[in-house]
Amino acid sequence: MAVIETENLTKKYNGLTAVDNLNLKIEEGEIFGLLGPNGAGKTTTLLTLTTLIEPTSGTARVNGFDVVKQSDLVRKSIGIVFQDPSSDEILTGYENLKLHGLLYGMEPSLREKRIKDVLELVDLTDRKNDLVKKYSGGMRRRLELARGLMHHPKILFLDEPTLGLDPQSRTHIWQYIEKLQKEENISVIITTHYMEEVDRLCNRMAIIDAGKIVVLGTPEELKKVIGGDVVTVKTANPNIAAVKKLDFVKKIETKNGLVYLTVTDADKNLSEILQAIGKVESVEVHKPTLDDVFIHYTGKEIREGEAEGGWANKIINYNRKK
Amino acid sequence: MSERSGLYAIWYREFKVFLREKSRIVASIINPILWLLVFGGGLGSSISVKGTNYQAFIYPGILAQAALFSSIFFGVYIVWDRKIDFLKEVLVAPISRTTIFVGKILGGATDALIQSAILLVLGAVLSWSGIIPGLNLGILSIVLSLFILFITISALVSVGLIIGSKMESPEGFQLISSFLLFPLFFLSGALFPINNLPAWLAPFVIIDPLTYPVDALRKIILGASHFTLMTDFGVMLGFLALVVVIGTYAFKKMKV
Repeated sequence: MAVIETENLTKKYNGLTAVDNLNLKIEEGEIFGLLGPNGAGKTTTLLTLTTLIEPTSGTARVNGFDVVKQSDLVRKSIGIVFQDPSSDEILTGYENLKLHGLLYGMEPSLREKRIKDVLELVDLTDRKNDLVKKYSGGMRRRLELARGLMHHPKILFLDEPTLGLDPQSRTHIWQYIEKLQKEENISVIITTHYMEEVDRLCNRMAIIDAGKIVVLGTPEELKKVIGGDVVTVKTANPNIAAVKKLDFVKKIETKNGLVYLTVTDADKNLSEILQAIGKVESVEVHKPTLDDVFIHYTGKEIREGEAEGGWANKIINYNRKK
Repeated sequence: MSERSGLYAIWYREFKVFLREKSRIVASIINPILWLLVFGGGLGSSISVKGTNYQAFIYPGILAQAALFSSIFFGVYIVWDRKIDFLKEVLVAPISRTTIFVGKILGGATDALIQSAILLVLGAVLSWSGIIPGLNLGILSIVLSLFILFITISALVSVGLIIGSKMESPEGFQLISSFLLFPLFFLSGALFPINNLPAWLAPFVIIDPLTYPVDALRKIILGASHFTLMTDFGVMLGFLALVVVIGTYAFKKMKV
């Protein structure tokens, strides 16, 4: 059964189309990733699916209920962790959870039991009586994750669940998401612009750009589309013609002074490529990642303009992986 | 069941926050005391109103003023809720907007009523010790006053929430609410008797909804009033009904 189904879902703000005829079907029990750069329409899609904004046109059904006509039933079926902190920092962790239980009309005995369970799940039991303003960013996100789960939703929405967290907290949150999906048996929809997040967590994913779904599939399927390893070469004067002659080179792209090659068996064939291309300043080889998939489908890097030195970072990452 | 539990949830949160922010209570008590003792004492040393001590005369007005300021100001917290995204958590819960609105009214009313109760007890002490003679503040009149204040406060909290539901920033809220607060206060007859006003001023006093609780409180605490208690109650309840209807509508239209 599809837990989420949208049909030509469209949302316009003052003539600006944030979500453009979106057709999406998400099955029960999936961890589904909506991947896209900032401003791609991920959060708008999520706010529409969670009934907080109404679509301009098109329909969406969540857990079988229409988000406009049956918004109350939709809201009973879902849990959400918003992108920005949405817990009350003047209350303690426990009080925030109690408040949530009351808002969802939970029986007092069930509520107390669930508070205990979810606090344990996110390892916050010993901090439950501290004011939330004393929590770190990661702890607060964990509390909100616990809160989103507390009322046994069928579908959990996570809007950029690890945005702004340090790498350690991020790994923690990932572990909790994996754990809860196993223990609570729910469908999870994650929006993110972190490739690693989708790669690690999601069964299926969609790349969304400018309000449209560009491609949809499992991370593995999408990476296969690249068709080989990715070799990035920095060189002032590449001899493209010579490289083109090599039959194991599938694809050549030059961008920002870099040459991107898609190569079968790069480990074996690297030296030949380097000989052909001319004087090389630096070179990097990696298995295809979702970054490459993203570039392949949208023609741009997901974090373009966000930070300089994306290429240098990749090399650092590559070295780390080794 | 779920709506009732939701109503309690909204109230529970407001009340917890109120108890944690003790400075709010202190600040809301200090101002009326200054008005009563400094303004009332200073002006009262040279005037009295129809034989009533001036401080005693303005005491009911100061009660209403304190209720006015803290009730309207309560609306700013919804602006903060939106800023910290807590509002989304509430709006996405399976309870109706009406429940959220009513829960917020009850939360704000609790805060302002606690403040009123403190001021009433303080008035009883001041009267009993002879500092401000002539206040009738027995148990019955305190209870009646609280009832009148509850209706007034509920209406004024609604007004604050309506403004808050439209505002993006706390600064904007401050600006709009101060445009409202001072005319409401000055025209209510809190500081002067309203039975002998110049012709241009009288209509403004009549249309100020705060005039009626001030008048009713004066009847209970000082034994004299301009309108009948029935008129006062009628207007207060009518005003409450009006702002609750507008507020429910405003909350239904509220954006995240």
